[in-house]
Amino acid sequence: MNPILRFENITRRFGTFTAVDDVTIDIAKGETFSLLGPSGCGKTTLLRIAAGFDRPDAGRVLLDGNDITDLPPDRRPVNTVFQNYALFPHLNVRDNIAFGPKIAGQDAATVRREVDRMLELVDLTAHAEKRPAMLSGGQKQRVAIARALVNKPQVLLLDEPLAALDLKLRQRLLVDLDAIHDEVGITFIYVTHDQSEAMSISDRIAVMNKGVIEQTGTPVQIYETPRTSFVAAFIGDTNFLDGRIIGAVDDRFSRCAVEDFGTIIIDNDKPVRIGDRIDLSLRPEKLMVSRQRPDAGPMDNAVQGIVEDVIYFGSSTRYWVRCGAWKLCAEVQHRTFLLDETPPVWGDSVWLRWHANDGYLLEQYDALDEDLLTLPED
Amino acid sequence: MKNSRREWLLTSPSLLWLAGLVLAPLLIVFAIAFRPALPAGGIGEGWSLDAVRALVDPVYLGLLANTVAVSAVTTVLCILVALPVALAMARLAPKWRSRVLLLVIVPFWTNFVIRVFAWQQILHAQGALAEALRWTGVLGENDRLLGNFAAVVLVSVYTYLPFAILPLFAAAEKFDFHLLDAARDLGARPFRAFVSVFIPGVRQGMVTALLVVFIPMLGSYVVPDMVGGTGTQMLGNKIAQRNFNDRNLPEAAALSGALTLLVLVPFFLRRRDAEPSANPEKA
Repeated sequence: MNPILRFENITRRFGTFTAVDDVTIDIAKGETFSLLGPSGCGKTTLLRIAAGFDRPDAGRVLLDGNDITDLPPDRRPVNTVFQNYALFPHLNVRDNIAFGPKIAGQDAATVRREVDRMLELVDLTAHAEKRPAMLSGGQKQRVAIARALVNKPQVLLLDEPLAALDLKLRQRLLVDLDAIHDEVGITFIYVTHDQSEAMSISDRIAVMNKGVIEQTGTPVQIYETPRTSFVAAFIGDTNFLDGRIIGAVDDRFSRCAVEDFGTIIIDNDKPVRIGDRIDLSLRPEKLMVSRQRPDAGPMDNAVQGIVEDVIYFGSSTRYWVRCGAWKLCAEVQHRTFLLDETPPVWGDSVWLRWHANDGYLLEQYDALDEDLLTLPED
Repeated sequence: MKNSRREWLLTSPSLLWLAGLVLAPLLIVFAIAFRPALPAGGIGEGWSLDAVRALVDPVYLGLLANTVAVSAVTTVLCILVALPVALAMARLAPKWRSRVLLLVIVPFWTNFVIRVFAWQQILHAQGALAEALRWTGVLGENDRLLGNFAAVVLVSVYTYLPFAILPLFAAAEKFDFHLLDAARDLGARPFRAFVSVFIPGVRQGMVTALLVVFIPMLGSYVVPDMVGGTGTQMLGNKIAQRNFNDRNLPEAAALSGALTLLVLVPFFLRRRDAEPSANPEKA
């Protein structure tokens, strides 16, 4: 891969705080790449370094192979969509968009044509003469995108571009943004703390925590095969189990002793040895809930427990089930045609069933990451 | 209804104060301009247009030109210096911001005349500065630091700079500095970003700074009197001369009245300017 943008061993410290710690990322031409993580994880610092507003204490930024680490923002073929829009309040929409081309010294006719094209792209032709103060949040965001894109940057940096908007508008603009990306074909680097935003827009995601990259991969890889407990807990919800390998079923599956469960079967897609301690991530929607003991196949696991909490989400219901020392979360979709029994309620005794393939072996586990999970209070 | 009556009640002390101590003396000055002057000094009986007619003297035209020139140059310099200062202050951490703000205000703790007197000493022909400049050859044998246009402007800029910094700082404090980042991001060099984004952003502060420097400057009297020379007289000096030396109060009053009217013109221009922009929806 010949990356359009490469962060090479970037480190940035603020006093004693290390915001970014030896991070290397390669971003391919044309992809939408997200930097995802909680506030303070270093994602915005990386973006500011890419834009030229900040300089790393160590490492380099390469754009299409050229070192741009020390170039000021105005000399980089990179543009930013700011979180707070940062539209110029004294200029109307047209002049906001024309700001970059005018500074680049394009002639008036070219500027006009390019701005018109951008206005059409973001569907704001009717609002061209308005000042930013007269626009809605979504319109301002689109002006900010047009104002950046009109400069034909090699990379477009988006800093939490939808954070200030409400949910429905965010969903619409995500679709718009994706359509714009398909149309202009420019590389997008998208910074967000919202995992669903990152999942829906990205080709690839780098999940950041405390200044380091926990995992880089496609949304499916990140969700289905989280490398660490942080990734598993930050992207969606999950249950963590730990146990000890006690034997092999075949070369793919192992038997694992888990406190209060007896033995469960796990998919050891990573090499394990008898006696190893392992940590498992088990997504709530992979668990099936039933009152009757399920007909478990050879690679299925089934455990019994008591329903402690039920939360109805509309499209699904979450059950928190106490199974000995464990409290597991199961998410059940409502499908009337499969409803062969009345749904469990608080205090019911139920069975949880999952296939060995549905548990995922974590490389790294940190008990603190449990705090990221949305568990109801005991 | 009730609210507006309460407002009037609460405003009345300051309105009375203004009426009694600003408006009434002003009207008295206007009235005296239309009185005859007594040869021994003092104001005669009846009415006369002599003092107002005296205003057409070409001497006054030259004085007016000088007054406007000194005021305009001082105002422009004050704003040019105050803009980057305001920008830098607004970017300071809040703790340092209040300390620097204090430094801006510190000169006011010393009497204005004493500060101008200090400048008189600094710029004095036998002062250390003049001696040093002569020794290095920057200043010729017969050149003087005092008594010229530059001296009046220099000391006026010194005097009025805080009045320019304060409104500009107030505007800069409200300025969204992300806009400067955005301008840089869109290809603007630092100076271009400053001119095309920061200056429009603090426009209201600039208008205020312009008025609070330019208008008092028009009535300037102490500075040209103490550090200026015969060639740098301003209208204020002439008014004082008519008043104290010639004891011609009606002519002094006519000059004052003319100056006041001169000041009111930009004031009303400002009013008309401020009204539409107070409501951004209609701008």
